[in-house]
Amino acid sequence: MVKLKEYEKYVGVDVIDELELYASKLSGVVVQNINSTSVGGGVAEILTRMIPLLQELGVNALWDVIKGGEKFFEVTKKMHNALHGQSVTYTKEEIDLYLETNEMNAREMDLKGDIMFIHDPQPCALIRKKSDVNQQWIWRCHIDFSRPDPFTWNFLKEYIEQYDASIFSAPSFARELKIPQVLISPSIDPLSDKNKELPQETIDSVLENFNIDKKRPIVTQISRFDYLKDPVGVVKVFRRVRKYVDCQLVLAGGGATDDPEGVKVLAEVQEIAANDPDIFLLLLPPASDIEINALQRASTVVLQKSLREGFGLTVAEALWKSKPVIAGAVGGIPLQIAHKYSGLLTHTIEGTAFALKQLLQNPSYAKKLGENGRENIRKNFLITRHLRDYLLLFLSLLHKKGDVIYL
Amino acid sequence: MSLVAKEPFHFYTRQNLTYLSGRKATNLIELLSGIKEVPEMSIYHHTHHYLEQHEFLSPEPPNDFAYWITNNLQDKLLGEEIASIDLRELLTLNEIRLKFIEAIEFSINENSESLSRTASPGSEFHFMSARTFVFPTKYIANSLGEFDECLKKVSVHSIFYHIFEAKLFKKISNFCDWLSSSLNEQKLAEEFCKLDPYTQTLENLRKMLIELVENRLKEYSYGKA
Repeated sequence: MVKLKEYEKYVGVDVIDELELYASKLSGVVVQNINSTSVGGGVAEILTRMIPLLQELGVNALWDVIKGGEKFFEVTKKMHNALHGQSVTYTKEEIDLYLETNEMNAREMDLKGDIMFIHDPQPCALIRKKSDVNQQWIWRCHIDFSRPDPFTWNFLKEYIEQYDASIFSAPSFARELKIPQVLISPSIDPLSDKNKELPQETIDSVLENFNIDKKRPIVTQISRFDYLKDPVGVVKVFRRVRKYVDCQLVLAGGGATDDPEGVKVLAEVQEIAANDPDIFLLLLPPASDIEINALQRASTVVLQKSLREGFGLTVAEALWKSKPVIAGAVGGIPLQIAHKYSGLLTHTIEGTAFALKQLLQNPSYAKKLGENGRENIRKNFLITRHLRDYLLLFLSLLHKKGDVIYL
Repeated sequence: MSLVAKEPFHFYTRQNLTYLSGRKATNLIELLSGIKEVPEMSIYHHTHHYLEQHEFLSPEPPNDFAYWITNNLQDKLLGEEIASIDLRELLTLNEIRLKFIEAIEFSINENSESLSRTASPGSEFHFMSARTFVFPTKYIANSLGEFDECLKKVSVHSIFYHIFEAKLFKKISNFCDWLSSSLNEQKLAEEFCKLDPYTQTLENLRKMLIELVENRLKEYSYGKA
């Protein structure tokens, strides 16, 4: 199990010392996390890493998972898509099932935390069991909330506003709410397979497996095959740039096989790529963290040409590896990149092509952007900052008055 | 002058939790009305968080308003004016707020083009705020030598607290007062006060403070004190 001390070499002793200082004010406080799955998905991944670290800091962090049948999860999947902006309708039975399942879980679970930390929409209605006035309830929204379906939003809002605080990942996700909305960005873990340092042999062997030439510049976008990630646009960018600079394009991601839209997008990309030997379309299976890590580390420039984005942690992953990144100015990406300082933000195919050409032809400028990018990630988007924000959030609920709190 | 302090200096550290307001601006008029109406802690957040969050970028861009006006409204002239407002001269958050209002209103009156600029969708200015949590650290200085050692060990957040927040929130002990009143080091205190903390990185600031202290310690060791 990873220990806090192992992060010292990345963030410094003072950061770890201060985490211990903040946590010392939370000794004995029980924080009960509840979400809908213990494996798979970003939330489970974050909790798997966070809970042991919180416990090491002396916070009594617990983690429980709600139970629900297949139909319940179909309804919550629909809600998830609706919060992403898809227009949906629900039957009365679906709404009843959502509420009944939450009710059943509330009856069966021991909701004993001093702080109840509820993640995402699936268990949101557990709040109906809030009775003890001293118990503090937090609702954490992990998903893109910039254009939610109005019905779904209004339905959930009734429950969200019964919480003591809500958390969103990016400023554009903020809503008009009666309760405080805290900004806590997600983070990456420098010790995970996706981000840890790799020996050059591992990187070379991954390139070799995919027949990518390590001697020529590599331009990479890591993302699932999804219209919102604009893979077709990326190929067009590449074609414009290759006229002037010899380079290869790697588009790597998963999620196409079980997603009908993903299959369609992949087919379109394959068509436009037209067996170009310098374009590598890599459909990676779920457990490909080392491969993704190696591809990012082997890249000359990383693109994230998203048209819409939740937070876009692939940007943080690439910047952490000191890679110059060109990305769409959407979702949480502008939080990670200050334009021209720690990467380049673009809006169009033409603009992205221009930026890419600029970086491929100016390695020293590209290097500087990558270095600044890594420093920004080191300070603001590693798991230790995420832990710090959670500790402050817990303290904020125990000390509700005043703008400046002396502890 | 004395190497041992009359009163020890207790180093504190602090962290902010950022709050979203749900309020946003797409043009200068909306930005102006937001600046007039948001709580003071929002002004504090938008003028100070950059110093820590984008520390490696300092001295540019110095505040969120200037960054947004320059990069999202593409108003380079006003952006530069807002960026060059000397926060060091302004002693309260209300003074800072009024200075921004004055600069934006002047631009609107003098340059009607300012009013036609609109941020593209997704590039709106989001008003945020902060709550500050202050913690005592284990670092206590009883002499100039110990003060030097502490400056090397405390986090940049502690430096931030004793420099910026001491200026804005008067209750807080600041380096200059302690050097002057507890160590009788008026000249060193003056040198500390002269530094402009808004135009450098926090690590750079730490280095400069240490250098000033160590120069003074050398004077003692050479018997010039």
